Amino acid sequence: MASMFALANPKRFMDASAQVLPWLAGTASLVLVVGFFLGFVAPPDYQQGDTVKIMFLHVPAAWTAMMAYGLMALTSLFSLVWRHPLADVAAKSAAPLGAVFTVLGLVTGSLWGRPMWGTYWVWDARLTSFLLLLFLYLGYIALWNAIDDEVRAARAASILALVGAVNLPIIEFSVNWHTLHQGESIVRADGPQIATVFLWPLGLTALGYTLLFFVLWTIRIRTEILERRARSMMLGEPT
Amino acid sequence: MIGALLWRDVRLATRAGGCAALALAFFAAVATLVPLGIGTDLKLLARVAAGVLWVAAVLAALLSLDRLFQADFEDGSLDLIALSPLPLETVSAVKIGAHWLTTGLPLTILSPLLGTMFGLPMTATWMLALSLLIGTPPVSALGAIGAGLTLSVRRGGLILPLLVLPLLAPAVIFGAGAVQEMLDGLPGGALFFLAAFSLAATLLSPFAAAAAVRLNLAG
Repeated sequence: MASMFALANPKRFMDASAQVLPWLAGTASLVLVVGFFLGFVAPPDYQQGDTVKIMFLHVPAAWTAMMAYGLMALTSLFSLVWRHPLADVAAKSAAPLGAVFTVLGLVTGSLWGRPMWGTYWVWDARLTSFLLLLFLYLGYIALWNAIDDEVRAARAASILALVGAVNLPIIEFSVNWHTLHQGESIVRADGPQIATVFLWPLGLTALGYTLLFFVLWTIRIRTEILERRARSMMLGEPT
Repeated sequence: MIGALLWRDVRLATRAGGCAALALAFFAAVATLVPLGIGTDLKLLARVAAGVLWVAAVLAALLSLDRLFQADFEDGSLDLIALSPLPLETVSAVKIGAHWLTTGLPLTILSPLLGTMFGLPMTATWMLALSLLIGTPPVSALGAIGAGLTLSVRRGGLILPLLVLPLLAPAVIFGAGAVQEMLDGLPGGALFFLAAFSLAATLLSPFAAAAAVRLNLAG
């Protein structure tokens, strides 16, 4: 905890992140390349054929999208409770990334669904709750953009992110309940059993996507800090 | 004091601009357009009635939500209300109550008529009214959070639905689900889930709404 609060100082964060970022980016690329390679050379699934390889793009994207919302809610909590200077920036920077990973998950999922289910879209529990997650992200971004005052926008967006985080499990539950009730949820993306040839690339791509998210997140946070510095310089305020 | 505030808000909603009557008219107009769009087959209409009427009711309730705090914010009365001994949480709860009394309740009362026009059998019609009675308070309550957050946004009415609609998915699912269960003759737990969601949302929302209003009043 102590180190986290030490890093809350933007100056210290800029120094530390500049040191860490090349290593983080290098590791992320390496893990992703190995993961994608293993995924590419993995044998076709006995049932899904080569389409199973979409899984290595899809599942990690979905995982990262959910993790991003969790991190956004967590940093929003820090922003509200401790008024962290950096937490606002971190929460704000996580949202567009989360939205992009959500879209990536939805698009790769529907590309997989076309050959496997015979349709691009079904109102399955996971698909529907992911679409709602996308709207939560879009609402969060829209609220940030709508309020001019930075401090006010940060606090409003934090409240929204927390309300969304409380509601997200309930939405998930209700959507699940809905599709179970309708008897539509016959499709499951994967069985509980998964062969080792698929497990390794899946684990590696999941780790790679996670690292990629942290790389992009750090870059976005740095950019936002620099942008704010530039703005206050132009306004002639002390930085 | 609570009573005075509630009475004031209800009177403002019913007299100035008549937002209660407008929400009702919107609800009825949307419900009228649906059969024009999907055809007049009463069997088909009865199948979709629950979902369509629930969505229409939610949209109708959202129409007037952006002004929930904003009108008072603009003419300064919100500052005076905030200075009063009432905590903002209570003020939010009262405003949510007033909004529900002037939109959710009238929509509920009108719904049996529209349900009948959609060919719903009597039991399902009453279930529709009951589900709206239980399920519209969280629409006002979660909407109040959105109204508080967009208080200082000039075109807040445009953002508010995007913020609030995803949060309302459980209400629509369980509300329309309860009617569907009645229609299929398979009573399940939808109404109880709806009640649980409604209680939780109505209880917790005033706190979030008050926090949102407070940040807009500060500074």
